[in-house]
Amino acid sequence: MILIVAEHANGKLSKSAYELATAARGLGRGDVAALVLGSGVASVAGAAALIADQVLVGDSAELAQYDAEIWSAAAAQIANEGEAEVVLIAGSRSGREYSPRVAVKLDAPLLEDVTSLKDEGGVLHAEHYTFLTRVTERVEAKAPVVVVTVKAGAFAPAEPGTVAAEQFDVDLELPKRRLVVTGSTKEKTGRIALAEADIVVSGGRGVGTPEGFVQLVEGLADQLGAAVGATRAVVDAGWRPYSEQVGQTGKTVQPKAYIAVGISGAVQHLSGMNKSKVIVAINKDGDAPIFKIADYGIVGDVKEIVPAMIQELRK
Amino acid sequence: MRILTLIRQVLDAEESVRVRNGAVELEGSKLVMDTMDEYGVEEALRLREAGTEAEIVAVAVGPARSEEALRTALAMGADRGIHVVTDTALDAIALSAVMAQIAKAEGAELIFCGGQEADWDSQALGAATAERLGWPQATWTSALELKGTTLVGKHEADEGSESFEVALPAVVTTQQGLNEPRYPTLPNIMKSKKKEIRKETLEAYGVAPKVKVNGVEIQVKERLKKILDGKDAAGAAAQLVKMLREDAGVIA
Repeated sequence: MILIVAEHANGKLSKSAYELATAARGLGRGDVAALVLGSGVASVAGAAALIADQVLVGDSAELAQYDAEIWSAAAAQIANEGEAEVVLIAGSRSGREYSPRVAVKLDAPLLEDVTSLKDEGGVLHAEHYTFLTRVTERVEAKAPVVVVTVKAGAFAPAEPGTVAAEQFDVDLELPKRRLVVTGSTKEKTGRIALAEADIVVSGGRGVGTPEGFVQLVEGLADQLGAAVGATRAVVDAGWRPYSEQVGQTGKTVQPKAYIAVGISGAVQHLSGMNKSKVIVAINKDGDAPIFKIADYGIVGDVKEIVPAMIQELRK
Repeated sequence: MRILTLIRQVLDAEESVRVRNGAVELEGSKLVMDTMDEYGVEEALRLREAGTEAEIVAVAVGPARSEEALRTALAMGADRGIHVVTDTALDAIALSAVMAQIAKAEGAELIFCGGQEADWDSQALGAATAERLGWPQATWTSALELKGTTLVGKHEADEGSESFEVALPAVVTTQQGLNEPRYPTLPNIMKSKKKEIRKETLEAYGVAPKVKVNGVEIQVKERLKKILDGKDAAGAAAQLVKMLREDAGVIA
C-alpha cells in the first residue's frame, strides 16, 4: 500500500493532500491509504475518503496540535502495520520537519521535496531542486519502504471521486509531547495561504515604507484575490511578518503568477519563487536581476504603476 | 555542557552554479561554511557568553577541503573540531547516523544544525539526528535562551511563529534572524590555527548512502522578458494587465 499523510487546516483538507493523492496514483502500486491525524476531524476524513481507497483516522485530543515526535510516531506505526511501500508526506514546513524522523524509524531512505516521482521496476525515481533551487537533481531509492516529501504545487490536485472509501479508526501509541508550545502568533489575514495561492503578490524594499507595502502590495493582492509575500529585507526591517517571507529562509512558492513589486531579486529570494509559471516584475531599476527571470514587467515607479494597475483591474 | 555545531561546506550563494559531468562543479568556486550553520556557531557562543559553561565542538563530515569550514567555526570561537574525512556524498538520513554517533561519544547535550542548507536544499539532518538520539527538536528557531536546563525560544511553524520550551538534551535547527553571526577577528583566526581538529574515517561509523544520485542539470525556464517602459504609468499598467489577461491567461 501507499500511505499518504493528509494535512488539513481550519477543518478543511489541504491542497497538498490532493496533490499527494495524484503523486500516489502515479506510482501505480495499488491501494492508496490516507492517514488523517487531528482532533474532531470527521469532515476532513470524509473529504479524504473521496481521494483515497481507504482512510485511517487518528482522532484524539492528543492530536489536536501538531508535534514532530507525535506525528512521526503515528505515521511510522501505520506504515509498519499496513506494510506501506511508500509514505508520502506534504513538503510543508511541518511535513519536512517530521518526515526525517519517520524515515529513521522505518530505516527508510528519504526523498525530500520531490517535483516528480516514478516507479521503475520497484525503484523509486524522483527529481528535486538543489543549490537554492537552481539545480535539478535526479535521485533514486530502492528499499522495502521509502519516505517521500512532495513539493507544493508540483503535482496537479486529484479530482475527488463520488464514492467514499471506507474509514477506519486507528489506535495509536503516541509519545509524550516534549516540545511545549507556550504561545503562537498566527497571522489571520483572511487571505489565501502562500502555498495554496494561484497568484502571489510580493513586495520588497522598493515599496518604500510599511505603509507603501500595505497600499501597493496588499492592495494589488486583494484586487486579484492573491496571497501576499515579502522579501527577507522587508521582514528583517520588521515591516512584515516572517510567515510572508519568500526565499531560501522563508517559503518556496510555485504559483501560476508571481508579481514582484519593488523587488530587485537577490539569489536567496529568487530561490523561493523562480519556478513560478509566470513571473511579473515592477521595479524602477531596469538592470535589477529580477527582470532577467521575468516574463512580463514594467521599469518604472511602483508608486505610480501599481495604483494604475489596481485602477485598470477594477474596470 | 558540551554543544555540537554541525558544519557543512557549501558553494557561496553569490557564486554561479556550473554543471560538469553530471555534477555541480565546485572546483574554482568560492566555498564557505553554510550561512545557516554560522547561526548555530554564533548561538552556541552566545549561550556561553550568557553564562552557560560549555565546550563547543564543530563537526563536519566531508572531503579534505571541509576543514576550511571547520577552521571558520574555530575562528568564530568554537573550541575544537571533529572532521570525518570522506569523499562519499551522504544523504541527510545517512549523515545523521554519523552525527548521532559522534554526539553520543562526546556526551553532547545540545546540537545546532542549519535549518536548510544551501547545497542540497535539505531540511532533514537536524530532525533525523534528533530521532536517532531519541531527543526532541526545535526547528527554524529564531530566538533562544537557556533557563537552567530548559531551552526557551521562538520558532516558525506552518503559519506564523510559536513560542516553545523544551528540556535538554535537544537538537535546534537555526535560521536567519536568530542572531547576527560575528566575523572572526585576526587574533582569533591566528588562535584557531592551533585548535585541535580530530580526523576520523567514515568507515569507523559503518554508514552508507541511502539515496543514489543519478545526475543533475540546470533547468532554466525560458522567460518571455516582455518588459515595458513605465514612464507613462497608466498606459504601461493597462498594457501589462491586458497581457496578463489575454496572453498569459493568469488573471481574470
